[in-house]
Amino acid sequence: MRARLVKAVADAWWLVLSRFGLSRHRWQTLPRLTRRTVKAVVWVALGLVLVAFFGVWKLSALAVAAVVLVLVVPPYGKVTFRGRPVGKAILPVAVLALAITYPFYGVVSSMPQLPIFGPVPQMSTMVGMAVFTMMALGLNFVVGYAGLLDLGYVAFYAMGSYMAGWFASSQFADQNINFGGIGVAPGVTGFHFSIWLVLIMAGIATAIIGVIIGLPTLRLRGDYLAIVTLGFGEIMPQVARNGDSLFGFNLTNGTGGITPIDGPGFGGWFHHHLGLPANYLTLGTNADRVFFWTALVLVLLTVFASARLRDSRLGRAWIAIREDEVAAAAMGVPLMRTKTWAYATGAFFGGVAGAYYASYNGGAFPDEFFFNISVFILCMVILGGMGNIWGVIFGACFLEYLDREGLANIGAWLNGHFGPGGSDFQIWHKTLDVPLYEFGIFGAILVIVMLFRPEGLIPSSRRAAEFREGVHDEPLYDVEHDERLYTPETT
Amino acid sequence: MTQDALLQTLGLRKEFGGLVAVDDVSFVVPEGSIVSLIGPNGAGKTTFFNMLTGVYKPTAGRVIFLGEDLTTKPPHAFTQRGIGRTFQNIRLFKNMTALENVLVGMHVRLKGNLVEAILRTPRVRHEEAAARATARELLEFCGLRRKDEEIGKNMSYGDQRRLEVARALATQPKLLLLDEPTAGMNPQETQEFTEFVGRLRTERGLTVLLIEHDMRVVMGVSDRVTVLDYGEKIAEGTPQEIQRNQRVIEAYLGTAAVSS
Repeated sequence: MRARLVKAVADAWWLVLSRFGLSRHRWQTLPRLTRRTVKAVVWVALGLVLVAFFGVWKLSALAVAAVVLVLVVPPYGKVTFRGRPVGKAILPVAVLALAITYPFYGVVSSMPQLPIFGPVPQMSTMVGMAVFTMMALGLNFVVGYAGLLDLGYVAFYAMGSYMAGWFASSQFADQNINFGGIGVAPGVTGFHFSIWLVLIMAGIATAIIGVIIGLPTLRLRGDYLAIVTLGFGEIMPQVARNGDSLFGFNLTNGTGGITPIDGPGFGGWFHHHLGLPANYLTLGTNADRVFFWTALVLVLLTVFASARLRDSRLGRAWIAIREDEVAAAAMGVPLMRTKTWAYATGAFFGGVAGAYYASYNGGAFPDEFFFNISVFILCMVILGGMGNIWGVIFGACFLEYLDREGLANIGAWLNGHFGPGGSDFQIWHKTLDVPLYEFGIFGAILVIVMLFRPEGLIPSSRRAAEFREGVHDEPLYDVEHDERLYTPETT
Repeated sequence: MTQDALLQTLGLRKEFGGLVAVDDVSFVVPEGSIVSLIGPNGAGKTTFFNMLTGVYKPTAGRVIFLGEDLTTKPPHAFTQRGIGRTFQNIRLFKNMTALENVLVGMHVRLKGNLVEAILRTPRVRHEEAAARATARELLEFCGLRRKDEEIGKNMSYGDQRRLEVARALATQPKLLLLDEPTAGMNPQETQEFTEFVGRLRTERGLTVLLIEHDMRVVMGVSDRVTVLDYGEKIAEGTPQEIQRNQRVIEAYLGTAAVSS
């Protein structure tokens, strides 16, 4: 059905083109670079036309088009510098440079606007995108690399946030410890650790939670594992919600959440000598961009760890478990330990991201940690392409953008054209609140991706093959029925 | 216990629900020998094998390797102590390259941990480089020269079998268990493989335990043969003794064929 549809469109396309003297055969005999250039130019031109007629035209659209062409057209893979292949690094570095400089050019007033999607994302959205990229990359260790379905990732996000709440706020009023805390007035009680320290503490504490959750659950396979992780993902926010009186002790401040949480900063010495911001919260309108750059550093560290681990002994063991658990065990891969490492690594980055986001938001609130966040992050990983770092980054940025701004923009556009007082023709009479249907829309996106491109938009080649053929992993009898199989080794 | 027993089982038994797949089998694999395990289809050979590698836990009985009781240990502990295996229905990591398959086999022999891998310390770099070199040697030894970058599932059937052996050898076993390694091979390949098993012993000093259907392989290469039927050990001895054993002939050909 799908193949026939694609073929019909392609046939029609070539029929039109051959009228203008470009037959399919002639096209295919052209050099590859030419074809690539022509394709890119046509697409970019199409984009410009769309922006000019249906979006908001700014002269900078031409600059954007030029940047896209420069990024897409040349075959960077073959570039060498003094005999060393540097081509593979060009694209990532360029994308990173674009991200770093975004606060300077990504201003709504100077950028063109796409039709329907509207203006470019604001800085606060960019911070969210970076933080969620980090979380999605963390989940990718578990889901993408080791192939374990985790429906409770939000637990790690929550744990990280509350770590920031406990160690960088006035939650524990009978304590008075300031260890590098920024912007804390003298006499304010509570733990006030430096946010940088809190990030590390949160990562480690969350990794430990990951191990504690993992040890009993990772014996399970497939669906069973998913259900148990789902349970843990529900337990954490409930504990947070009701933790204002744990045996009389106020741990989480209940539904009110812990607020305010200290902001990050480098303090006076670094400010004077290196020019680093002393306290992010006092930067005013520039705060968001500094928060964004810091988040970018965290994302970079996560990407770095992802890439390094993928090509290591541990990464190979994860992939081996994903492909055939029994064979992996028979080849000497300790299943429990290896899976637990995947879990702990994923949890670590989830915890750091959670703590950082809590510091950015100035609080940890139990309402943020519900099941839908777990699914949201899982969607990012699936949509982008499980196991592929680029794919996960794209998935996370796109979905977080839709969540924060995109859907609202789309809704505004729809209402503006078809809603009450619409400029084109009116279809509905009550303003449509598109963000309200967020999870329905995400669900639909997911179903479409699963139907047409189950391996994700930018998959890893290995994962794509697994999806096409299915993974050959028939559990042996004992694996299904005998829990004694995975008794951890004591020697 | 004999002095030179590498692997020994004592009354090994496995029940699946009401079915007794392996019924109190005791046997010994002497160090440096090639032992074959034969028996009609469904005799419990593979189940027995799975217990020797920790994939199945026996209902009763013990598995003793190098004097250590491994019965309750997980599979990777068996591998770590020096038992390598192949699977009857090839279980390669199909979407990994040949080299990566072998590298996974080396897992227990490498040390690099998570932090070292992220920092890529000199120790890990050397270890990885050495592991890759060893893996290439192993592939060459198994007749897979210049195939290290081939994806497992794209390889020919014979090459996949060879790769399974290479992967098992990568665990640096003292005892190698081969589960019907010549299934699906033509006579030429079978002949080559028989010689290859001989080389494993002479060149690598391995002890080999073989499940096999092809009698030419069994009789050509084994020192001792053990016969299972309906989960029970019905005979044990040199290939010549087994060929003359009345119960074995009955098990393979049926009582009627023998008595008539």
